[in-house]
Amino acid sequence: MLAALAGAAGASACVGRTPSGRRVAGSIVGGAHALGHRLRDLGSLPLPSRREEIPVAILGAGLAGLSAAWTFERAGLRDFTVLELEDAPGGTARFGTGPVSPYPWAAHYVPVPPSSNRALVALLEEVGAITGRDPAGAPVYAEDVLVREPEERVFFRGEWYEGLLPRAGIEPEDAEALHRFEARMRAFAGERDAAGRRAFDLPRRRSSPDPRWTGLDALSFGDWLEREGLRGERLRWFAEYGTRDDFGATLAQTSAWAGIHYYAARLATPDSESADVLTWPEGNGRLVSHLASRAGVRLRTRALVLDVTPREGSVDVTWLDAALGETVLTRAEHVVCALPRFLAARVIAPWQERPPAFLGETVYTPWMVANLTLSDRPRSHGYPLCWDNVLYGSPSLGYVVATHQSGGDHGATVFTYYWPLVDDDPRRAREELLATNWETWMARILGDLRRAHPGLESLIERVDVYLWGHAMARPRPGFLWGEALRESARPLGRIHFAHTDLSGMALCEEAQDWGVRAAEAVLRARGATFTSLVS
Amino acid sequence: MRTPAVYLTVLVIATCGLVYELVAGTLASYVLGDSVTQFSTVIGAYLSAMGIGSWLSGYLQRGIAFRFVQVEFAVALIGGLSAPALFLAFGAAPDLFRLVLYGLVLVIGILVGLEIPLVLRLLKDVVEFKDLVARVLAVDYLGALFASVLFPIVMVPELGLVRTSVLLGLLNAVVGLWSTWLFRPLLGSPGLLRAQGAVACAILTAAFAYSDRLTELSEEGLYADPVVYTKSTRYQRIVMTRTGHHFQLFLNGQLQFSSADEYRYHEALVQPAFAARPQAGRVLILGGGDGLAAREVLKHAGVRELVLVDLDPEMTRLAKDNVMLRELNAGALSDPRVQVVNEDALIWLQHERSLFDLAFVDFPDPHSHSLGKLYTSHFYALLRRRLDPELGLAAVQSTSPLLARRSFWCINRTMEAAGFFVRPYHALVPSFGEWGFALGGVSPFETPAEPALASLRSLDGPSLRALFVLGPDMGPLPAEVNRLNNQVLVRYYEEEWRRWN
Repeated sequence: MLAALAGAAGASACVGRTPSGRRVAGSIVGGAHALGHRLRDLGSLPLPSRREEIPVAILGAGLAGLSAAWTFERAGLRDFTVLELEDAPGGTARFGTGPVSPYPWAAHYVPVPPSSNRALVALLEEVGAITGRDPAGAPVYAEDVLVREPEERVFFRGEWYEGLLPRAGIEPEDAEALHRFEARMRAFAGERDAAGRRAFDLPRRRSSPDPRWTGLDALSFGDWLEREGLRGERLRWFAEYGTRDDFGATLAQTSAWAGIHYYAARLATPDSESADVLTWPEGNGRLVSHLASRAGVRLRTRALVLDVTPREGSVDVTWLDAALGETVLTRAEHVVCALPRFLAARVIAPWQERPPAFLGETVYTPWMVANLTLSDRPRSHGYPLCWDNVLYGSPSLGYVVATHQSGGDHGATVFTYYWPLVDDDPRRAREELLATNWETWMARILGDLRRAHPGLESLIERVDVYLWGHAMARPRPGFLWGEALRESARPLGRIHFAHTDLSGMALCEEAQDWGVRAAEAVLRARGATFTSLVS
Repeated sequence: MRTPAVYLTVLVIATCGLVYELVAGTLASYVLGDSVTQFSTVIGAYLSAMGIGSWLSGYLQRGIAFRFVQVEFAVALIGGLSAPALFLAFGAAPDLFRLVLYGLVLVIGILVGLEIPLVLRLLKDVVEFKDLVARVLAVDYLGALFASVLFPIVMVPELGLVRTSVLLGLLNAVVGLWSTWLFRPLLGSPGLLRAQGAVACAILTAAFAYSDRLTELSEEGLYADPVVYTKSTRYQRIVMTRTGHHFQLFLNGQLQFSSADEYRYHEALVQPAFAARPQAGRVLILGGGDGLAAREVLKHAGVRELVLVDLDPEMTRLAKDNVMLRELNAGALSDPRVQVVNEDALIWLQHERSLFDLAFVDFPDPHSHSLGKLYTSHFYALLRRRLDPELGLAAVQSTSPLLARRSFWCINRTMEAAGFFVRPYHALVPSFGEWGFALGGVSPFETPAEPALASLRSLDGPSLRALFVLGPDMGPLPAEVNRLNNQVLVRYYEEEWRRWN
């Protein structure tokens, strides 16, 4: 029964026809949701057929869990295990491979961090993204990892324009509102509280808790824009593109604090340029590969955590080793639970008996991400093909070109196409996501892209679709600075939590910060000596 | 009515009809490429339009002969002028080309589709139906055979597309005029018709007389000299023009060289580096698909191996096979020492592992991001790693130091940022103007003083040394380093050339 469950994960192959009858192959990835759903309905806990003891167990090999493993490894604590449900590590930073190019399955870039983010700088140094230091000691980033120009373009009224925001035929009031919007965001970037903390910082926990700014969390970003008189169709679209892209949420579903954070936190000062962006063909999968290689054989995939029960001086983790089809009980002295909240809620035993109030507070946006393998670049009118290609007014977020960073401008390529399902009712959106078959998704994608790329269909070789039922937690109004989120991050005895869900913002910086901090908390509890990367 | 003469008419109009179709298909393949698609869609559109024409013939009730003659004049004018019209459309509004193409094909197809039903109706009372259908259709198909054989063998090679289409139009109009006598009994008063026919003939005669001028006004007219070769490849449009003894090569409308003075450019690109390293044995050329830089390299007996990396296989094939080019580059690309690689140079540099003594970088100017990336610090850093660590040198064409001075110094600065020791230089190439290069060494090196060969046309000791002297109007300007993630050079280049155009 359990072995059959585990077999439900992974990709399922599909073959179908485009609306004009072209035969295309592909797959649907993300089958683990079926597994999760059946796990939810699983009755009693099976008896373990194997027992093991280990100092530390890490649950979940997303960026947070892998960062915890990385921290242990750097500190010399090598006796740990990482349990991952899927057949590959990475969580929402997973990547795929194909004959043309590797490609991201979700998270696909990292903004250049400030030097003060030592953990991220250290990781980037390890993956070779930093080639040296400038005379002032600041990291110098490898040219082929910084996004290559042309970086981004937008399709608007039949033509591609440079940048994210089309300025063609813009009304003077619209232009003025955009200008004021930018000025406001720049001003926020410079604001600090009495203790010198930035109003909006990354990772989020460094931001000032001063109600002058956290009060904005009660408001939606849409309401804040309205209140500030920042109106106009272009500005609303632009701002909502940002919230959909980073948070999977509309203007009304996003807290004003989060909406402002998106812009202000990425500006070092009011006068600086927005942070450069680092990327790889496989997106943040490059970081995953590196972290996974450091974890080595201690990383176990297809490992389904079924139960986590705190004991006196230890934690019992019962999990299914799907590769062998046996149930294992791992007794760990400490646990880093780097699972998303909705999964943690199902396996932490004390929460089963008395569910804490905060468990129901996290709202997830489902996403559809598709990788389109093309035999050639499609023709387009106006500004040339960029890394990031956005369609004005589309429900999708457009596509990112996986081969862009490899340097080629001709021939076969892979487009990674993003579509957040931003309905107000995420449960219904999730049902729709999973009920929509592969062929229908393909038709929707082609329908969306066709207006910008007539003739795209004839270039399509494969369409691989990933259905993310719980892609990211929404920073809805009141959530980020509310009681629930603060409560939910508190350790449970020897269980330390790490996940972007605990920030309410699914950003790479947050994932790493949680992983490193949870691991350091464990290291401290064990009396280890190490140099902290986060304090 | 003499029916054999009517069959002759049918034969001529059938020939003309198919030729218009072939002209449209050929011209579309010629400017758009992908001949399979162009011919399929043109033939499809044409045949279906003929169907529409046949169907519309049912609505013509009276004056069939009169209508038939008018259809002849109309098809003569529209079909005859279709080639110059399409060329002009492509030159003036390339975006609308397909619209004009299929519009013309549709109209001509409808008119041609009217012809045979009208002829059948004209003869239906004179000839028994079974014989009528048999003969008219047989002659019609025979005309198609004539057209399809004569078009590629005689018409296009001897006359070109414009003259072919105008001449066949004229023939069509003459036949129309002739049929006013042929169908005299069926026509009321032929005076008006004959006047119309005369006008059509006059217009087409004039068009034929001026067909050279019409050709010039078309895309071919974008070039100063007669076009002798064109090809749209996946990557670019290659055009060759010819004047007297000289010819020119254009890529995407930009002059790459004129055979009159290219030796000045290619000697300047290649020979200074050899003057510094006469013993170089392993040489790399990036770009330079015309084989002219290769010709200069192969003059040196010490060269054992030459790798030439050019994106476009059509370009290197042309350099190898085209008589004019092959003669100019002295068959360089067929030399056993030469290995041609058709790949994006940036991608090639990322995976190549061998070392070279000398490299020559000969790309078109940085007027797009996909060319600008080949002038970035990342590109030069990759190139530097492929050069001998002590003696390695790279010569880079770096646009005009006079007309695009900041661009020129930007390339210089970018090479320095990638670790090259750079000596900029220049040469006068009349077709281009004052032209710039950068000689970069992996290690410091002396300015070359004496060419390694005595047989050069533009360079001896003093003139070689003079290349490295830049006047004050070409002196350094501050410029940012051109990086993959800023591509400042494309911006500099656009700004500077805009001032001169």
